[in-house]
Amino acid sequence: MDSRDWIRDGLRAVAGGLLAVPLAIVNIPLFVLFVVGLVLTPVLGIGLLVLPLVTLLIRLRADVSRRLAAGRGVPIARPYRPRPDGVVFGSLRHYQWVITDPATWRDVAWLLPGALVGLVLGVLTLALPVYGVEGIVLLPLWIWLGTGEYGYGMIWPIETLGEGFLSLPQGALILSIGVAAAPYLRHVDALFHRLFLAPTRAAELRLRVSQLTVTRADTVDAQAAELRRIERDLHDGAQARLVALGMTIGLAEEIVDADPATARKLLAEARESSTAALVELRHLVRGIHPPVLAERGLEGAVRALAMALPMPVTVTTDLPGRLDTPVESAAYFAVAEVLTNAVRHSAAGNGVVELWHTGQILVMRVSDDGRGGADPSGGTGLRGIERRLAAFDGTMSLSSPPGGPTVVTMELPCALSSPKTSPSSGTG
Amino acid sequence: MRVVLAEDLALLRDGLTRLLEAFDFQVVAAVDNGPSLLPALLEHRPDVAVVDVRLPPTFTDEGLQAAIEARQKVPGMPVLVLSQHVEPLYARELLTDRAGGVGYLLKDRVANVAQFVDAVRRVAGGGTAMDPEVVSQLLARHSSPLSGLTARERDVLELMAEGRSNGAIAAKLFVGEKAVSKHISSIFTKLDLPPSDDDHRRVLAVLTYLNA
Repeated sequence: MDSRDWIRDGLRAVAGGLLAVPLAIVNIPLFVLFVVGLVLTPVLGIGLLVLPLVTLLIRLRADVSRRLAAGRGVPIARPYRPRPDGVVFGSLRHYQWVITDPATWRDVAWLLPGALVGLVLGVLTLALPVYGVEGIVLLPLWIWLGTGEYGYGMIWPIETLGEGFLSLPQGALILSIGVAAAPYLRHVDALFHRLFLAPTRAAELRLRVSQLTVTRADTVDAQAAELRRIERDLHDGAQARLVALGMTIGLAEEIVDADPATARKLLAEARESSTAALVELRHLVRGIHPPVLAERGLEGAVRALAMALPMPVTVTTDLPGRLDTPVESAAYFAVAEVLTNAVRHSAAGNGVVELWHTGQILVMRVSDDGRGGADPSGGTGLRGIERRLAAFDGTMSLSSPPGGPTVVTMELPCALSSPKTSPSSGTG
Repeated sequence: MRVVLAEDLALLRDGLTRLLEAFDFQVVAAVDNGPSLLPALLEHRPDVAVVDVRLPPTFTDEGLQAAIEARQKVPGMPVLVLSQHVEPLYARELLTDRAGGVGYLLKDRVANVAQFVDAVRRVAGGGTAMDPEVVSQLLARHSSPLSGLTARERDVLELMAEGRSNGAIAAKLFVGEKAVSKHISSIFTKLDLPPSDDDHRRVLAVLTYLNA
């Protein structure tokens, strides 16, 4: 790590400690309010209103901790059950939804220990840097006030100017130790919060199910749309052409004796029309599943794709075998889409595709030296890739600062299905 | 001329056999799968092999692989590869041995019988027959080193890469043969390729250059 990164990270962690102290204190009234809301429930039903409100606040507070933890590299998913449809705030059903969600109780259980740990670790995060800063600013104070009943670090009390000067290196040392330690303290803090705030196994599974429901619906929609497109293309294109072809040949058959010259012209027309139908079918097939992908797998298909692009693209691969067909197809179209985007929008002079398989994940990195500034919310292309990959629990991340370079990293969890059978080239 | 044919679809295999025999070729073997292709080629040593890229049992590129392997064992064995689609990647693989006698055509081209038979004869004679679609893809891809060429020279280069002779290029472009050879020498000067008398070698040089 660069020394400036180290300092920046440390200072950010110290700021996090500064934030952690008041946040920890907020937990205490939230806990009291929750208990009050619970107790008040039988009394005129006041709790019906108070408790959901307090729970809302608790969740907001827990979300803040989740976000802070994520910032320290400890992602914590939200464990709450989705709000049932048509539930009015303050109604009995709303109350039930809140009270029966185990995550609510785990949040409440977290409030006090979370406050304690947050406070202790927050103060610890702050104490060392603050003391270090004190050492550094002490010297001018000493010069101004002269000797007195105070000291610093190992020297107590400070009596001479020389001793006063010594507080400077001590302060600097303590400050740097404090800054260096702060990220670790924040990390421990985040880990503790995760104990309570992360979904339990059951909640995780439930979350997973709802996630799968969404991606499955997306996949089914996309497939249906794709089938409709193929049907339309076949119906309007090749099918219509073949009908016309049959008509032309039939006509030629009718007139071949009477007018051989025209019949010959019609037959030539028919042949051209059959070629046109073939071209259309070929494009259609390429859009569904490129032949080179079926024949050579992902590696060969990406190499072929790179050759066909108007921009020079370097392809490096480390794939010990073939992938499952659906994964291979998703991976190919994702890479193809990213490359097409790069050619169309980036004004890049060179592209690089890297494919490799680590353990159980296929990683595809596509980069270009173009102008950057790509934005997933800007176009449908990148969204489409995300959806395509999501069907296989894959992810896409994009780095594209203005001025470039653009790097798109896609990951697909998958196993290799079979060892590579066909050599990449017969003659090397 | 003796031909070995490899095509898995019976309809096309019979059609190709009929077509070739109508033009005085003798189909000495017609196989319908990958594993039996190489032995057939090595046994019959045909004047030309007409091979489908995709063959059973894997339905991948078995035909192409067998053709390349046969040419390693019998250098220069003329092979015309047919495919439902053309891929510059495959064209490059076929050309890497630089021995000539190679063709790579879309199956569609069979429909134009005269041109197809001409391509088979050209390959059998040690020339090349690259599908216009491959050639145009290659030219579109590597546009930068060719930017110095005039439009006419590009036309000539395209036809030359398909494997056509100077006479055929002249006829196609409605110019004299002299003009064509002038264009060609200009192309070689611009592309910095040493001149050679061997026609297909020049085409290979161009294609190899384009693929570099």
